[in-house]
Amino acid sequence: MTLVAPAPGARPSPPAPAPARRALRALSPYGYIAPFFTLFAAFGLFPLLYTAYISFYKVELQTPGDKLWRGWSNYTAVFDDPFFWTALRNTFTLGALSTIPQLMLALGLAHLLNYKLRGRTLFRTVMLLPYATSVAAATLVFAQLFGHDFGLVNYALSLVGIGPVDWQTGTWTSQTAVSCIVIWRWTGYNALIFLAGMQSIPADLYEAAEMDGASRWRQFFHVTLPGLRPTIVFAVIMSTIGATQLFGEPLLFEGSASGGISHQYQTLGLYMYEQGWSFFHLGRAAAIAWVMFLLILLLVGLNALLTRRRPAKETAR
Amino acid sequence: MTTTLTDTRRAPANGAPAVNRPTTRRRKRAGRTMHAGRLTYAFLVLATLTSMFPLYYTLVAASRSNADIARVPPVLWPGPNLLHNFQQALQQADIGRALLNSLIVSSSITVGTVLCSTLAGFAFAKLRFRGRNALLAFTVGTMMIPPQLGVIPLFMVIAKLQWANQLQAVILPSLVSAFGVFFMRQYIAQSLPDELIEAARVDGASTSRIFWTIVIPVARPAMAVLGLLTFMTAWNDFFWPIIALSSQEPTVQVALRQLGGGYVQDQSVIMAGTLLGTLPVLVVFGLLGRQIVGGIMHGAVKG
Repeated sequence: MTLVAPAPGARPSPPAPAPARRALRALSPYGYIAPFFTLFAAFGLFPLLYTAYISFYKVELQTPGDKLWRGWSNYTAVFDDPFFWTALRNTFTLGALSTIPQLMLALGLAHLLNYKLRGRTLFRTVMLLPYATSVAAATLVFAQLFGHDFGLVNYALSLVGIGPVDWQTGTWTSQTAVSCIVIWRWTGYNALIFLAGMQSIPADLYEAAEMDGASRWRQFFHVTLPGLRPTIVFAVIMSTIGATQLFGEPLLFEGSASGGISHQYQTLGLYMYEQGWSFFHLGRAAAIAWVMFLLILLLVGLNALLTRRRPAKETAR
Repeated sequence: MTTTLTDTRRAPANGAPAVNRPTTRRRKRAGRTMHAGRLTYAFLVLATLTSMFPLYYTLVAASRSNADIARVPPVLWPGPNLLHNFQQALQQADIGRALLNSLIVSSSITVGTVLCSTLAGFAFAKLRFRGRNALLAFTVGTMMIPPQLGVIPLFMVIAKLQWANQLQAVILPSLVSAFGVFFMRQYIAQSLPDELIEAARVDGASTSRIFWTIVIPVARPAMAVLGLLTFMTAWNDFFWPIIALSSQEPTVQVALRQLGGGYVQDQSVIMAGTLLGTLPVLVVFGLLGRQIVGGIMHGAVKG
């Protein structure tokens, strides 16, 4: 009964129910969120926290029930491994190679899709096709396209006189190829996100700009871009998070967890998988997972800091 | 998303009727309405072709012999071997079983996610309880946490329960979606007037009655869109299934991983398997692409 006392008057209109019923009504909302939060606690929150715990133990894949206290040694082992640093560097370069062109292309496409178009539903739908294709399927096809001897890409390049490019063993070439898969899959999706943002920019802003004699380009830079800022920030954050956990593309590009013969395109996600499921060191993989988590927090925080520095102007919305 | 981020900061409680904003604006011609020039169409057609080409090439390679694929100059139109390669893929990589498993897994995840999300979304949108705003903010915050990071304990739990290679191992952990909860909350907050609920309460309806007879019918369009997005995501999920399952009980993505792992040498068979595994999603997309596009753009502005 005391439970009910602090939370009355929330709903004045219904006739005062019996105390027992009132108690039930005060509690019943929790029943509605309970399924979600129970599952979330079990399969979302608990694993994340338990990962931190595991990262201080030696746990091997074959005997996941046995734990041996190791202190920080999983972390030091990771930091002493040159392949960790390779993977960290690759994660950043692959992230930049895939995210920057992808978002720029998406912005351009969104701008074009924002015109009055014939068949606009068709354009939008087809551009979302790659998003509906799974990572595995897309990567297998692109691995084929980027094949050294019979790949279409090299054939097309040979037509303009560029010799066969080795898309597999070179660092930059392989990373470019892997980035192409990411760019292909996500550009259309991001274009739609940007388009949605563009369509919520009030039309009078454009009319005013036009009356001031602003060209289309100037309108794009001075009306569209500022109005789109929050959407862009969101897309950048989501793409950054996506980039830090790039996994399926580098795993399937040649089918090995090492990410190329000299780890030239192994990402942190793949490195974690390799440690855990190729080398059986689950404890060490857990340490890598936490390093990744902290890295994401750092990047998101940095992003928030950079975008908060210039507030203002958003009042226009 | 952006609008909602600010929305939640501003007033997560009473879900301002933001849904009306875009529509009224559209009537007043929101955004820009300049007509597209030829160059615009040219670029868009180019982008469209780029989006389609890898899928088209999958079809080409899947319908050819291995020798055809290796020809220079390359072959660019479909050949006669499609059914033969399909057969090979079904035999060599158990794609048939994978398709069935993926259907079971994705459908279960979709039903569970939509139900959980609608329940929680309704509570967050229309019910008052202590800690509501904090819990909602918490839920939104967790959208940023990649599920990959919890994979190790999850694997240990699954091993302990002896669920490895069983479909529930991939279904249960995917039943929750913070995005889904948020998506449903936004929709219900905006499209279900408070007065309707008040009136039902005055008539003596219980909360559960209100949920089943008022909320569900109103929320049905959003549930459908969330269902479509969830199904696609579940069908394409890669990381956790390749850890929890093996070739004995594969989903499509696990089977594709097997195909690409070097066990199958024949490139045309690999492409045939890829095509088989992608076709169901492409069919769904072909039928309901417009709704999916709408859902994503809707989610972008509001969720």
